[in-house]
Amino acid sequence: MKTVAADPKGVDSGPHFMDGDHALAEGALAAGCRFFAGYPITPSTEAAERFAERAPEVGALFIQMEDELASIAALIGAAWAGQKCMTVTCGPGFSLMVENLGLACMTETPMVIANVQRGGPSTGLPTLTAQQDMMQAKYGPHGDNMIIALCPDSPQECFDLTVEAFNLSEFYRVPVIILTDETVGHMHEKVVIPPADQINVVPRNNYSGPKEDCRPYKFDGKGGHPMVRAGDGYNFHVTGLTHNERGYPVMTAEQNNKVVTHLMEKINGNADEIIRLDEDQVDGADVVVVSYGITSRIAVKAIQDARKEGIKVGSLRLITIWPFCEKRIREISARVKAIVVPEINYGQMVLEVERNAGGRCKVISVNHCGGAVHDPQVILDAIRKASQ
Amino acid sequence: MSTDIITFKAGSPMASTLRMDRMPHIWCPGCGIGSEVNSFAEAVKRSGIDPKKLVVVSGIGCTGRVAGYVNFDSMHTTHGRAIPVATGIKLANPELTVVVFSGEGDLAGIGGNHLIHAARRNMDLVVICNNNFTYGMTGGQVTPTTPGSAMASTTPYGNYEYPFSLPFLMDAAGATYIARWTSMHSRNVTQSIEEALLRKGFSFIEIISPCPTLYLRRNRLGDGVDQLQNYQDNSILKHGCDTRETAIDFQGKIVIGKFVEKNKPTYLEASDKCAVKLVGDDYQLYGKTIPEREAEEKAEKEKIAARRAAMAEEEAQEEAASHKVSVSAPAVKEVLAKAAKKAAAKAKPVRKAVAKAKTRPVKKTVAKAQPKKAASKAPAKKVVVKAAKKAAPKKTSKLNKTRK
Repeated sequence: MKTVAADPKGVDSGPHFMDGDHALAEGALAAGCRFFAGYPITPSTEAAERFAERAPEVGALFIQMEDELASIAALIGAAWAGQKCMTVTCGPGFSLMVENLGLACMTETPMVIANVQRGGPSTGLPTLTAQQDMMQAKYGPHGDNMIIALCPDSPQECFDLTVEAFNLSEFYRVPVIILTDETVGHMHEKVVIPPADQINVVPRNNYSGPKEDCRPYKFDGKGGHPMVRAGDGYNFHVTGLTHNERGYPVMTAEQNNKVVTHLMEKINGNADEIIRLDEDQVDGADVVVVSYGITSRIAVKAIQDARKEGIKVGSLRLITIWPFCEKRIREISARVKAIVVPEINYGQMVLEVERNAGGRCKVISVNHCGGAVHDPQVILDAIRKASQ
Repeated sequence: MSTDIITFKAGSPMASTLRMDRMPHIWCPGCGIGSEVNSFAEAVKRSGIDPKKLVVVSGIGCTGRVAGYVNFDSMHTTHGRAIPVATGIKLANPELTVVVFSGEGDLAGIGGNHLIHAARRNMDLVVICNNNFTYGMTGGQVTPTTPGSAMASTTPYGNYEYPFSLPFLMDAAGATYIARWTSMHSRNVTQSIEEALLRKGFSFIEIISPCPTLYLRRNRLGDGVDQLQNYQDNSILKHGCDTRETAIDFQGKIVIGKFVEKNKPTYLEASDKCAVKLVGDDYQLYGKTIPEREAEEKAEKEKIAARRAAMAEEEAQEEAASHKVSVSAPAVKEVLAKAAKKAAAKAKPVRKAVAKAKTRPVKKTVAKAQPKKAASKAPAKKVVVKAAKKAAPKKTSKLNKTRK
């Protein structure tokens, strides 16, 4: 990925005391996002408010759309008109966005969507935390889709991962979803925004070659292909129908195979480059706790207590949720007694862990149906059980 | 078949504005969308706008396929979401002219919320709505505009819902330009689209159009040409008409014309004004200050004016050549003025004819000739000749009437 220094106009360098939602908006501005379309929904609204407040001085545009369907649709338009763009929502809003998330995947449109998760299903717990949309992020849209999803555990990471989300989104031309949660979204902590020249940003890559060679797509299972920008005179065509590289509809089984394989492989085939994990004493451990987001910070307490008791516990924090770190789980499962997976849902990412562990070790799910974070004691109990 | 297409491609005067590599299109014989697209292409040409800066966005459905046939930057989006996608394009690059071309099921049904909110914001978009009272692509279901007791596949015993009158809806929502025509009024459609392309703000153009395959057949209303005849008989031209009076009953009167044209700040103008209050005169959007953007807009307007002047001169020269008049500048002006008068004079009798004439016998001749033309290709010439002969009494019958 070729990067350049961030545009200083959008970078509010220095130490701040801010919540995760505000850090998402600051991360977007630092990454060069100049278009934000959103709809108010607790607990993500603060991110939209921050962007709306900052937009005039940065030279960006904020629009509050009539609903989430329109918000993400506006992003698709804005992206093809040349802007880096973002929206923020949570469960009920994300459910509406799923429609055009499919169109964005199909048309390979770069954008960043933050889902500040709250308890569900339905209206559920508007002001309380959860991690219940992990599977929806990947499996929400109909048909086979592949997206990238990142999961920050702190306001600082909300900033850092938003910049990274934009970079991945631009390079792989795919919607990138930031799966944070109400706790991180509303948690105030120190956030240090680096100087602009220390923030690496992947700039929008617009096609500039001869018209006759202009192809909005290339189905080779790789990233790095340029976008075509509206108004540049290439008369591009974009459709949600199965299409050829020119963008024209070709509705055959063969073509669908080409398109879908490309959409899946440009992410899965580059999983090693995309995936980021945070590991602590995994090698030599008997038990590994696989966690993500706010739950990983609760797990730290349980892990520390378990180590005091002499249990060899490692920690694997998922920063990248999708694509899933299949290879690493396979490696670990061959060496440990058990993997403990605490998460604030009825057991979602544990399914991926079980699938990749393939019976080589025990996999213990520590569920919590949302509304609060875990009691560390519950995780500690699971670790103790796992070590026996 | 293939030779026909090649001839069509080579000979089409619209070759530069349509994607000829996508022909033949998917629309049925007698459908109104084709002629609307033709009017649109003509309007783009006549408007003088830079086609590179034009983006066409469609939703889903028969009309949703328009984006795939126009030779501009074009997006075929999801069902009902053409307007928010267009909103994103326009706001992300205000230099672009953005047109939404879609059907009434797409725009007023599934996308109804986006339609009213774009109108409320006075978003700078041109929305062209093909209203054929039916969901064509899915097989003829009832739509939010299906009038009266019309049959649809999902109202097999007759429609019992109250339909939208789209001009009224758009007026209430705040649209600043509202016109309605039928697909028979090609020139008016062209003119309205041309006006809309050159103005700022939310423009809504509704085009009542026949769906012979589903709506007309199911309601035993004949074919496309019969319906055009209905439009001719039942259209009432009322510019500036109160939009409360624009409801359409089953095969009833259709009020047509330009109902609303007013100016108010667009979304972007309003948001600029607010931002300037906050940031001051050095406020920039996407790195450009307001005076810079205004200067660019002015330059673009001048270019458009120059293109229009060049086109007018070219037209006048053609007119002059056809009259074998020696072409000098004053002569061109004179011919131009004459042509304008002629056009104005032409427009009037049409209106009268719409209100008055009952031309049933003409209808039959045209209606019979049309399907033959489509069905059998080899003796096409003969049929055309026959049709011309049969059509001949049309003039005499009209003359007779006026004599009386």
